[in-house]
Amino acid sequence: MANVTLSQGSNSFADDAYQPPRRSPLRWVVLFILTLLLLLTLFPFFLAVINAIKTAADYAVGGPLSLPSSIDFGSLQKFWNVSDFSRKLVNSAIISITVAVFGVLISLFNAYAIGIGRIKGSRIFLVIFLLGIMVPQESIVYPLYYMAKATGLYDTQLAVIIIFAVIQSAFGTYLLSSVLRSFPKEIIEAAEMDGANRWQVLWQVVVPVLRPSLMVVGTFFFIWTWNEFLIPLVMLVSNNNQTVAVAMGLTRGQNMSDPTFSAAASMLGIAPTLLFFLVFQRTLTRGVVVGAVK
Amino acid sequence: MADIGGASTDDKRSYYFYMLPGAIGFVVIVLIPQIANFALSFTSWKGVGVPRLVGWHNYLRLLTDGQFWGSMSHTLLFIISMTIIPVVLGLVLAALLFDYIRDEFGEAVSSLFRAGFYLPQILPVTAAGVLWGWILSPVGVVNTILDAVGLGGMAQNWLGDATFALPAVSFVIVWIQVGYCLVVFMAGLSRVDPALYEAAELDGAGWWHRLVTITIPMLAPEIFVVALTTLIAALKVFAPIFVLTSGGPDNATLVPSYLTYYHFFTTQRVGYAAAIAVVQTILTVVLAVIFLRFQARQESKE
Repeated sequence: MANVTLSQGSNSFADDAYQPPRRSPLRWVVLFILTLLLLLTLFPFFLAVINAIKTAADYAVGGPLSLPSSIDFGSLQKFWNVSDFSRKLVNSAIISITVAVFGVLISLFNAYAIGIGRIKGSRIFLVIFLLGIMVPQESIVYPLYYMAKATGLYDTQLAVIIIFAVIQSAFGTYLLSSVLRSFPKEIIEAAEMDGANRWQVLWQVVVPVLRPSLMVVGTFFFIWTWNEFLIPLVMLVSNNNQTVAVAMGLTRGQNMSDPTFSAAASMLGIAPTLLFFLVFQRTLTRGVVVGAVK
Repeated sequence: MADIGGASTDDKRSYYFYMLPGAIGFVVIVLIPQIANFALSFTSWKGVGVPRLVGWHNYLRLLTDGQFWGSMSHTLLFIISMTIIPVVLGLVLAALLFDYIRDEFGEAVSSLFRAGFYLPQILPVTAAGVLWGWILSPVGVVNTILDAVGLGGMAQNWLGDATFALPAVSFVIVWIQVGYCLVVFMAGLSRVDPALYEAAELDGAGWWHRLVTITIPMLAPEIFVVALTTLIAALKVFAPIFVLTSGGPDNATLVPSYLTYYHFFTTQRVGYAAAIAVVQTILTVVLAVIFLRFQARQESKE
């Protein structure tokens, strides 16, 4: 789950400065084919929306492909109530935000020691961190489950928060230390000459410069944690503690005979991420390329 | 300017203090559980009481476990849908968007396409699974469309039929994965000098020619990275299977991660499940080490 290029430098060449020599009608063919592919990719979302706002009777008449004859929030409401969706949203938000904050903090400390402090064995630390998070979560899930039970953290959001703050930060360390390794040494030395201690250098010199990268890393931590499934599934057994992703996973099979309900469930499961995506689209697709291979 | 007298090694040591939270967390959350899991793989344990040492017994059982080998062979098939098809599609799409659409229609159009193709990648897999589970169900959208165009005879219980379940799940995985490859490749292309393309175009090189002679060679590092990371991901496929098929029908879509989960939490054969997880871990580590060596070589090149 690695491959990260934290290069936020935009391409310096201007796009409009370059005029292609000829404009063939072929361009429309290519655009058409790509548009078709894009529509095919997005078609499932469209289906979810048009069926989520249909009545069951409407569906029975027109099937899944017809546009709704009237807008009805019955199915959405039903799924919202049945799954206690507001609760799930709050749970996911609490877990993901806390993990993002603490994950970024731990990553920052680690990266400060490795990238700027150049402590001995930093390369080995990085390799161990990366190996540790690349291996399948199945290989740690049972001991974690056992430990959580032994410490009374089983079925608490705190357990999930601790686990993911650590796992994500191992990844964040890798990202941020490569950024900090190229941090201009002169700035730090100048601050030290002015009498700033290590802690002050971190917060008054490094963090302000690093802020964009920290935001990017935090954004990814948030969305990865939001999407995590196996460990929350194992750890959070009671309905009141579950996340959106777990609730979705447990919706499977149920009510497949009720198509508008299924559509409403998937629409609500997708909606928060979609919103998030629209807000952070540039960060997610451009600033950083992070392999979310989990 | 480096060591001004007092800025000694003693001073440097205080950096280790910053590693403490991360290192302790890592040891407790990742390292100890990893070691414990390895140890468990040599025991027979139901999750309560004292684990009983059984030596290599679990591993020997793996050798003759049809479910295990079945799950491994499905993993090999998932390499097609996790790695090969997304990489090829991602390359073609990235090259089209970067080298053609962007020139002809502008940056905004190309960004829009990229965002659209990327969208499935960032959804919770389980939410995408609910959506596809409904689309592929016997009374779902796919069959409705087939009916509508007069191909009703081709309608299937896509996820419930042992012949079609694996291809159907693979299709969903391709849908999820293409965006990842596309985004990485497009980021890689942004460091290619556009003059290269212009020169090739002036020489009369067609789009396909430019793809083969410029794009693919320039993207070699990205292709390697994407291939390895998706291979590692293919070994770990879990959520799509859990949501879409639960490994069925008839184990037709069983994967190692699901088998591990099943034995840990359903049959409570903890030692056996741990052994499967260890095999998965070893395979992952081999791939990860190749990946890290490659990264290190790239870094030293720069």
